[in-house]
Amino acid sequence: MHHLWLIPAFPLAGFLVNGIAGRRLPKALVNTFAIGSVLLSFLWVLKVLADLQPLEAAYTERYFTWIRSGIVNVGFDFMVDRLTAVMLLVVTGIGLLIHIYSVGYMAHEAGYDRFFAFLNLFMFFMLVLVLAANYLVLFIGWEGVGLCSYLLIGFYYLKKSATDAGKKAFVVNRVGDLGFSLGMFLTLLTFGSLDFAAVFGKAQAEASALNPQTVTLICLLLLVGATGKSAQVPLYVWLPDAMEGPTPVSALIHAATMVTAGVYMVARSAPLYNLSPTAMEVVAIVGLLTAVLAATIGMTQYDIKKVFAYSTVSQLGYMFLGLGVGAYSAAVFHIMTHAFFKALLFLGAGSVIHALSGEQDLRMMGGLRSKIPVTFTVLLAAAVAIAGVPPFSGFHSKDAILLAAHAHAPWMFWVGVATAAMTAFYVFRAIFLCFFGTYRGDAHPHESPLVMTLPLGVLALLSLAGGYFNVPHYLAPLFGGEHAPHDETLVYASVAAGLAGIGLAWLCYVAAPGLPERFSQMLGGLYRLVYNKYYVDEMYDAVIVHPIRDGSRALLWGVVDARLVDGAVNGAGALAKAVGAGLRQMQSGYIRRYAAWVVLGSVAIVAAAAFWGGMR
Amino acid sequence: MPDLTHVLAAQVPLSWYLILSVILFVIGAAGFLIRRNILTVFMCIELMLNAVNLSFLSFSHQLKNVDGHIYSFFVMVVAAAEAAVGLAIILTVFKNRATLEIDEVSSLKL
Repeated sequence: MHHLWLIPAFPLAGFLVNGIAGRRLPKALVNTFAIGSVLLSFLWVLKVLADLQPLEAAYTERYFTWIRSGIVNVGFDFMVDRLTAVMLLVVTGIGLLIHIYSVGYMAHEAGYDRFFAFLNLFMFFMLVLVLAANYLVLFIGWEGVGLCSYLLIGFYYLKKSATDAGKKAFVVNRVGDLGFSLGMFLTLLTFGSLDFAAVFGKAQAEASALNPQTVTLICLLLLVGATGKSAQVPLYVWLPDAMEGPTPVSALIHAATMVTAGVYMVARSAPLYNLSPTAMEVVAIVGLLTAVLAATIGMTQYDIKKVFAYSTVSQLGYMFLGLGVGAYSAAVFHIMTHAFFKALLFLGAGSVIHALSGEQDLRMMGGLRSKIPVTFTVLLAAAVAIAGVPPFSGFHSKDAILLAAHAHAPWMFWVGVATAAMTAFYVFRAIFLCFFGTYRGDAHPHESPLVMTLPLGVLALLSLAGGYFNVPHYLAPLFGGEHAPHDETLVYASVAAGLAGIGLAWLCYVAAPGLPERFSQMLGGLYRLVYNKYYVDEMYDAVIVHPIRDGSRALLWGVVDARLVDGAVNGAGALAKAVGAGLRQMQSGYIRRYAAWVVLGSVAIVAAAAFWGGMR
Repeated sequence: MPDLTHVLAAQVPLSWYLILSVILFVIGAAGFLIRRNILTVFMCIELMLNAVNLSFLSFSHQLKNVDGHIYSFFVMVVAAAEAAVGLAIILTVFKNRATLEIDEVSSLKL
């Protein structure tokens, strides 16, 4: 026994302490419990993984039977294999850094203990999610992180836009979860189990006996769940709004960990997806579409967090592209490097926002390079990493995905390269707008405290050097040899695209600041379309939200509730009242009338008895 | 000398007693419903009770069974108690309302 359950148990304990007593504890103690629990969890992960190396086969711990009924037999089991190991390290490692950073970022916020309690709860559910040994336990974590996401997006619950964004995230994720649930039911029906080992074992052993359409359907339903959680087309709309939450939350939940749960789940289900080329193709196309769509939107936004949010959506699209072309290990690799540089981008943005006392608009920044040099340096590190400049981390993982895409279908590679150019452009656009030129705002920028810059420094190192963790090699036994032939020309093409994007951003926002203005005017309608995010939110509002709301109001409220339900309830009351009013007439107070009722009653009883022969 | 009770029993059939009982009961019931004086109503109740007593005793005699006697004793005991309570109520009503009109006492209602 390696006591895997301790890994999520530490943050749960932290949540319970801070959630129950945090309000009465001093801040230092809240910090100790919140960070300490995650630190213990991280250390326990290290210990378990060190003990389990080389971890060639999955290690499973079975705790108890959770559900046993007919064909449903689900145990509460945790397991660790190499995929889990990577995820565990990312979740606890990045989680720890972000917890430390939050101490500085949230220092002056109300609801300090509540924030850390939710953050710990999130860690608990996320660790359950990655440790799960079957789909149902995974689903506990899946729903739990969704709950924490909702709670933390709406952290500033007095702000209507924040609570609305939380609600939107929750509702949109319900759509995905419906697909995920249906996928689980179908898995249970087809394979008679939800256990990963059992399902995948059966899928591989009886591949020829399975109905390929059933497998495709399972994969597509699971994909629906993944598109909800991992913000893919068509369910990505909640993620940009989720930036209403505090910035560490954006970094931890909505960039580094939770949103990669969908990618993790699909990678985990790789043996199923391998049986269905159709589903794989759909995954790749959804990913590619998302990557392009979000990257174009990202190029036009002015809210620094929105830019990075669309960047996250776009990068998640990359991961799905990787999954779809069969490069599972490259996708997981990108989960890791993306966790490094995107967490850093968000935390750096948080540091900028912190420095400017809450300003998020890029147009109100500028020239901050000399005022907050540490933040500038680390953000630059993150930017070169995400832009795919060699030899930094993003270059390695993105190239692994793009090469695999080229081996699958060359056009996917070229679209991916174009997206890489856009990625480099929007990130450096944000950097240049923020740190170059002259300062356009009126706050007094100040560098963040050490407790914030220290995690930033660690993340910067990871962003720069994280590409040398050879994750694809480590995961190769799990996903098989999937290495695309290494083609120098293709690598040059994608690097050139990234550098071109950076150069264009330099041209537009440093060398010739008037250029973007002229450019957007030239494009006119197209620019407005992209700037307004393709009017997708408006379209969803018009096609889905309004019909449901108006229909509910008119039919469900107006007719069913107000007429039918209220009618039945009020009718029952009115009936009792009417009967009572009738019967009340009998109680007149006149004794002789009572006697008459008695006489009448006895006569009636005797008559009835005589009539039906009761007296015989 | 012949046993008088046997002679009477032989000569007066059960139905006569029952008819008498019914007549008494109906008189009582009708009086209860029609008369307004509380005392008269009260007497009507006594009449009904005793009509029932008469039928109990007749059946008891006819069936050679003492159950009816026992029941009539019960009825008499209850009637005595009821008379005591009833007369007390009537007295109190008269003191308060200065009337024996039964329909004047009708405030106990919803």
